[in-house]
Amino acid sequence: MSSAPSILVVAELDAGAPDKHTQELLGLARSLAQACGGTVAAALLAAEDKGAASALIARGADRVFFAAHAGLAGYQAEAWVAAAAEICRQAAPAVVLACHSACGADLAPRLAFRLDTMVATGCVEVAYDGGRLAATRPCYGGNARETVSIKTSPAVLTVRPGSYDALAPDAARRGEVTRLEPQIDTAAQRVKVLERRRDAADGVRLEDARVIVAGGRGLNGPDGFRVLEELAAALGGAVGASRVPCDLEWCPRSWQIGLTGKTVRPDLYIAVGISGAGHHMAGCGNAKAIVAVNTDPEAAIFKDARFGVVGDFQEFVPAFIEEVRKLGG
Amino acid sequence: MHIVVCVKQVPDPEAAFSQFKVDEQARTIVPAPGLKQVISPFDEQAVEAALRLRDAGAEAKITVVTMGPEAARSVLKHGLAMGADAGVLLADSAFENGDGYATAITLAAAIRKLGACDLVLAGRQAADWDAGVVGSGLGELLGLPVITFAQDVKIDGGSVRVERVLDDGTEVVEAALPAVVTVSNELGEARKPNLRETMRAARKPVAAWSPADLGLAPEKIGAAGARRVLERLFVPAKRSQCELIDGAPHDQAERLAQRLREAKLI
Repeated sequence: MSSAPSILVVAELDAGAPDKHTQELLGLARSLAQACGGTVAAALLAAEDKGAASALIARGADRVFFAAHAGLAGYQAEAWVAAAAEICRQAAPAVVLACHSACGADLAPRLAFRLDTMVATGCVEVAYDGGRLAATRPCYGGNARETVSIKTSPAVLTVRPGSYDALAPDAARRGEVTRLEPQIDTAAQRVKVLERRRDAADGVRLEDARVIVAGGRGLNGPDGFRVLEELAAALGGAVGASRVPCDLEWCPRSWQIGLTGKTVRPDLYIAVGISGAGHHMAGCGNAKAIVAVNTDPEAAIFKDARFGVVGDFQEFVPAFIEEVRKLGG
Repeated sequence: MHIVVCVKQVPDPEAAFSQFKVDEQARTIVPAPGLKQVISPFDEQAVEAALRLRDAGAEAKITVVTMGPEAARSVLKHGLAMGADAGVLLADSAFENGDGYATAITLAAAIRKLGACDLVLAGRQAADWDAGVVGSGLGELLGLPVITFAQDVKIDGGSVRVERVLDDGTEVVEAALPAVVTVSNELGEARKPNLRETMRAARKPVAAWSPADLGLAPEKIGAAGARRVLERLFVPAKRSQCELIDGAPHDQAERLAQRLREAKLI
């Protein structure tokens, strides 16, 4: 076995291909591999390989461990943890990177305990610092950042989306694919999925949107989101929300942006009636520019915003929609 | 049935940012005067989930367990005043300065000592480190199935049925008991302790267990058992300048559109 450390990326698929977030992790893994003189491996957990392995190689993997089993089609916690642990035993990585998504945030802590090691979740920065892997992540509701290292091996990390850039695909890259046939008894799975409900996904996905219009408690009810939808449509963007409107069911829960919701990185983030609590900013703080619209001039959001409008959104937003339309957006 | 809810005491996460200070040298947060220590909201919702199961007809004994300083007794009192039946306090200097790993080892030992536990509930993450590790770790250490990010928890015979939050929707999953479930904020607001329950809470039993009571070797717990090393703790820099757009709503709208166009943002 080679002594060069390997960085293992646990791939998540979207319609059979590595998703954007996984591509970003491969970009991060390549830079870590370069820093430590190591290699990049990817764990592909799927029923079949419809070109995902070669896509992982084109995006930066040197080697793909493909655990092939019908029980791995779509994320199933128990099957995935077992298969990922088996890949880790073969690949012996120094670092395991997973997406900080509903899947990765569920998988990584369990994988870490299964491998008798430890995990850092929701990282925004991962780098070698004097030969030691250091991971930085938001904590205390986004009010602080901690930089941690992990004494045991492998270090398991989940990384927030948008923290790193994907590499351009290079079809000329070559890599090795190792196929595993994990023993998974689907009948013996202790947790059974009875039903999956996807929120209606019309229009631009939050994760991909260049412009996001987000609403908070200050909208005072579900109706406020209708005018935000109108603005988002005029800007070709998507609508998001802070935690309170989601908890109060003013909008779908999948709109939630923040520490316990999605992490987004649009060019423009228009925050309407959002106070700017740390747990929300942890999900949108990487936007290129934030516009804050709030009645309270003391709201914390103005400290994060590039442009601020103090005023009532019900008066401002319709006027702003008109201006945007005038610009012929 | 016996439900164990793991709860943690944290600095009030709803406190104003100005009350939040970090001592970078000591790598700790410095509580501003008046900053309250509260039950972590996700854990409070885990207690709520347990109480809702009892409201729905489950005959359940609910035990709240916390690891923390002696002052963390107050979060047990909070859980008891909400309606839980008994508390366990794990306060010992040997438990201090651990990480999620050492905490999971400690709580798992306490749950084993309680014995015959059907359901373990915990918040999806604690509102201080926001890691979301301990609940899953408990499942692995206890050999139990784990269901994370629950927004609805129901008991159906010998099974737990959970609606859990995904990135783009929800799913309903089921596991035979015993199991571990972590609760997300989507569960909804927790009940407030009422006067009657608060009075009763004073008479409910609270046990205090030491590492020796749990049969845990000192090297397994607290700082000695931690696998995560805190290298640095800091407050991220805020943007210094916000350009405020003044005027009547129509002027603000026009000027903002202009400024965003100039910045090539729209």
